[in-house]
Amino acid sequence: MAVLLFLAQTLRIAIPYLFAAAGGVVSERAGLIGLTLEGYMLGGAFAAALGSYYGHSAWFGVLAGVLGGALLAVVYGVSAIRFRADQVVVGIAINLLAIGVTRFFLRLAFGSSSNSPRVTGFGGEQSGNGFTALVANPMIWLGLIVIPLVAWMLYRTPFGLRVRAVGEHPAAATSVGVPVTRVRYTAVILSGVLAGLGGVYLVLDQHQFTDQMTAGRGFIALAATIFGRWDPSRVGVACLLFAAAETLQIQLQGAQLVPSQFVEMIPYLLTIIALAGVVGRAVPPAALGRAPE
Amino acid sequence: MASPEISPAAGGAPPSGGTSRIAARARLEEALLPSLVALLVAAIVGDALIVSFGQAPAAVFRLLLDGTWGNSYGFGQVLYKATTLTFTGLAIAFALRAGLFNIGAESQLAAGGFTAAVVGLSLPPGLPWIVMLPVYVAAAALGGGIVGGVAGELKSRFGAHEVITTIMLNFIVLALLSYLTSTYLKVPETLHTTEIRSGAVPRLADFFEPFHGSAANLVIVVAALSCATAWWYLFRTRRGFELRAVGLQPEAAEYAGVRPGAVWTRAMAISGAIAGVGGLNFVLGYKHYYEEGFAGGAGFLGIAVALVGGTHPLGVALAALLFATISQGGLAVNALVPKQFVEVLQAVVIIAVAVSVPEVRRLLRARRRNA
Repeated sequence: MAVLLFLAQTLRIAIPYLFAAAGGVVSERAGLIGLTLEGYMLGGAFAAALGSYYGHSAWFGVLAGVLGGALLAVVYGVSAIRFRADQVVVGIAINLLAIGVTRFFLRLAFGSSSNSPRVTGFGGEQSGNGFTALVANPMIWLGLIVIPLVAWMLYRTPFGLRVRAVGEHPAAATSVGVPVTRVRYTAVILSGVLAGLGGVYLVLDQHQFTDQMTAGRGFIALAATIFGRWDPSRVGVACLLFAAAETLQIQLQGAQLVPSQFVEMIPYLLTIIALAGVVGRAVPPAALGRAPE
Repeated sequence: MASPEISPAAGGAPPSGGTSRIAARARLEEALLPSLVALLVAAIVGDALIVSFGQAPAAVFRLLLDGTWGNSYGFGQVLYKATTLTFTGLAIAFALRAGLFNIGAESQLAAGGFTAAVVGLSLPPGLPWIVMLPVYVAAAALGGGIVGGVAGELKSRFGAHEVITTIMLNFIVLALLSYLTSTYLKVPETLHTTEIRSGAVPRLADFFEPFHGSAANLVIVVAALSCATAWWYLFRTRRGFELRAVGLQPEAAEYAGVRPGAVWTRAMAISGAIAGVGGLNFVLGYKHYYEEGFAGGAGFLGIAVALVGGTHPLGVALAALLFATISQGGLAVNALVPKQFVEVLQAVVIIAVAVSVPEVRRLLRARRRNA
């Protein structure tokens, strides 16, 4: 039973990472830095709260959340692709924009500076740690298949081939007729949709939006993207690993074996170690962060 | 050469030969125009947000100015916020001159404040601030400098990209500081340490009564001196020249005998040290203790300050005043529109600057070619 509880909690924590990291893989493989994942998640979360609250249905929440993530991705895409703005600068700004916009419209729509009213989630009123709630939540199932789906898309479809070509060598891709700009736009919007779903999951699971509720999960997803070396299956494993560490820390809270702050550091430390190449160097897509000529 | 629109003196360009005056004017245009475009875009977005909340933009912006530059308390608060932003903006601008993106100013600022507080807590009470200030500056510079230096060393030794390592270091360092504070230094039921009783820096209100109540303090002088020193280092020393050379073209600099790796480590360490000294503004000038989360996003806003300031120390100081005005102005207008609207404005300014820098340069150069 303890093992099952551990797995269930790991899964609940991992789902938003899986969504956002899937978005991170798609974006970075197409050459656009995934600094914006945190912002997409927050924007998706807030839009999901709006959709679910006013539409009285969790599915409206999903739809709105997808649009929210995509909208921020469009801002990022237009700035970085059309205007060739620096991706790091715009990426940081998208995150600040998401924080500011969600706070502003939280006041405007719900008259609160901290949280939305209770919104409809999946599985009616019951939520919590029960397995039935877990199984009844379609977002869990979607989260489980999102990484295999992205892997299939990247390695088994013509679009995936184009995404990889655009991220590695845009000039060569252009020379064989790949519409580089269109592929990049599609990839960046898809990454907004995916990471937005991560935010949707949080809101529907907690039945409300709270200010800055993503709390750095987008950056953990970015860490997983890099630690998993931009390969979907490895990235999925990284997400599960990071989530398992968190779960262990939560369940051992009473024991105080390791201070929680040190568990928090794990994803970030592992990512730095992977980048520094102590064991098998992580090498990013060649055209990552560059605007093609 | 001289076309009609070039003849009016372009903002202090030296009256020398024709080509250099045109070059100076071109540089000035490329430095100033993107920021002006960005402010225009921000004003339009701000108007839209204000109207969406059912208020009149003119009234809101007037209130914003009244609450910041219109009275001495508000202006004092602007100066206080601008002090921290000058440090983080200068830190980021300094690294950018070496071609490096320091996203870690947030944790470097916190680390600097923390080490200064640790030094302060271990000192006997009552030492005069004028004697202690250099000690505190050194302590804060060390704290921030180590964090920055680690990122620099990871880049020069292993080629790990500084954008990712500084972001990851933000989380690692803030978690570490949280652990150290909560385990060893915290006053129970709070997030801060006990009070530092040695070397508190005087507030500006001690010299000029109308600032009474505002947090502006003499660390602002340290900020001004830091800008001047950074300018001198970058533009008047051999090391600064090497740093800028590496920033423009590392391969060419290496061919000329400069080791980019050494420059990267040094630049990130200095950048981190500058951000770290910024921690003094809160810890020594305002609260006299270290508190978790005191950086409050100033490290990220510093990116905007560095860019709007054109990565020039003087421009950074002016841009810090601008962003501090927007921050403080949010509080002033909160009765009419939610103060969060200034957070949206700040993000819009950053995006608009990032977009307009390459775009304006392209348009200006195309126009000059056709002229």
